[in-house]
Amino acid sequence: MIHKYKLNGLNIVLDVHSGGVHLVDEITYDLLDNVEPPFEEECPKWVIEKMMRFHDERDVVTSYKEIVKLYKEGILFSEDDYEKFAAYSVASPIKAMCLLVEQDCNLRCEYCFAETGDYGLGKRMHMSFETGKKAMDFLLENSGNRENLELDFFGGEPLMNWDVVKQLVEYGRSREKEFGKRFRFTVTTNGMLLDREKMDFINREMSNVVLSVDGRKEVNDRVRKRVDGTGCYDRIMDKYKELVDLRKNENYYVRGTFTKYNLDFAEDVLHLYNEGFDQISAEPVVCEPTMSYALTEKELPAIFSEYERLANIILEHDKQGKHFNFFHFMLDLDQGPCAIKRLRGCGSGNEYVAITPEGDIYPCHQFVGIEKYKMGNLNDGTFNTDIKKEFAAAHIYSKEDCKKCWAKFYCSGGCNANNYVYTGNILTAHKLSCEMEKKRLECAIMIKAAKAAEELDAEV
Amino acid sequence: MKHIITINKANLKNTAAKGGCGKCQASCQSACKTSCTVANQKCEK
Repeated sequence: MIHKYKLNGLNIVLDVHSGGVHLVDEITYDLLDNVEPPFEEECPKWVIEKMMRFHDERDVVTSYKEIVKLYKEGILFSEDDYEKFAAYSVASPIKAMCLLVEQDCNLRCEYCFAETGDYGLGKRMHMSFETGKKAMDFLLENSGNRENLELDFFGGEPLMNWDVVKQLVEYGRSREKEFGKRFRFTVTTNGMLLDREKMDFINREMSNVVLSVDGRKEVNDRVRKRVDGTGCYDRIMDKYKELVDLRKNENYYVRGTFTKYNLDFAEDVLHLYNEGFDQISAEPVVCEPTMSYALTEKELPAIFSEYERLANIILEHDKQGKHFNFFHFMLDLDQGPCAIKRLRGCGSGNEYVAITPEGDIYPCHQFVGIEKYKMGNLNDGTFNTDIKKEFAAAHIYSKEDCKKCWAKFYCSGGCNANNYVYTGNILTAHKLSCEMEKKRLECAIMIKAAKAAEELDAEV
Repeated sequence: MKHIITINKANLKNTAAKGGCGKCQASCQSACKTSCTVANQKCEK
């Protein structure tokens, strides 16, 4: 299977099953519509005749030979022979945990999927140190041979339960040697309670920190509000700058959400860059389609064009030596994850779980409150391995829409939670998410291709 | 090659047989939390 598209003046061809990325000329781009395996040694006459209406015969013949050469090398029209690996997709050790240390929040962001902290459960709760310890023990004991254990302090707003966060980090560190494991702590915060003491602790102990902000002040403050209705931008930005500066600009993200209110979200990414941040993420909002800020199919053309604009902004900045990372355009074509990892994606419910302050276990933070997917509870020792098996078997070959999709080895079947929230089934792709993901991938691959083409030009 | 330039060197197929060690990061833990992109992760083998 191949996927070909034109973007930014480039003709790009992706060979789906080898991951091969090729830049092709117009003749080859057209020719690829007319040929497919099995290939004859010479270009079929009917193809030449058809192509000669628009192209030179000699070019058609040489282009065909190049296509066949790459086919024989296994990087064009390569076969899909991964399904046999998917068949072995059994339950894995648990290696990552999202710890909802605080099911309360000091902001009232309009679009919050955690429903301003309580996940729609109607109870605002703090996680006790005891429950946190049980969660960490659960992770340590269920992590098999995995050495790197990820633990994200999440909420609500985790800094509202700061003492417990610190105690849990200390507890985790105290047990690493005994188990032969290494915790990678991360924290996702809205920044409201950041002070120098917290910054120093975070920068010492956390391998990554995610700082929530949506971009321009007016965009951020329209939806990210304090309890009194005022925006949070002024309170958090200087704190974020200080934290990132103290962190020597490493291992962090400023992360925003974009909605129908800011379909020009490239401006928000650019704003964050201009404010001194170079690791930036902007996520499409996840919410009921009836909400006034919801993204629907109607918004797709605007979103596509904005992703393309953002890709061009990134390329232009690069040319001027101004580099910044946009999370969803990050792609390593040579050293990315192995094919096996790409079969199952995020690992929710299988190698990744979320724990609530009450000790309830869910497949991930986005499933919290969905009774059907409550996997168990740390206090009564229950853990439903049938749910774990269900998630272990949720791979790109068990998702009908994914099997035949060109993007399957990049999104790995998408977000199971999005699938469930929007379609009622973790195996049914949420089309809107897919369309946005595919556009982001096209842009990401284009950026790589444009840079490669530039380097080749420079060599000539 | 006159018509086609291949810009990457790796072949995903070569990673299948010995892949799946699980040392890499869970993909939702970094900066998305509400979507899934796996290809931007690093192999940590």
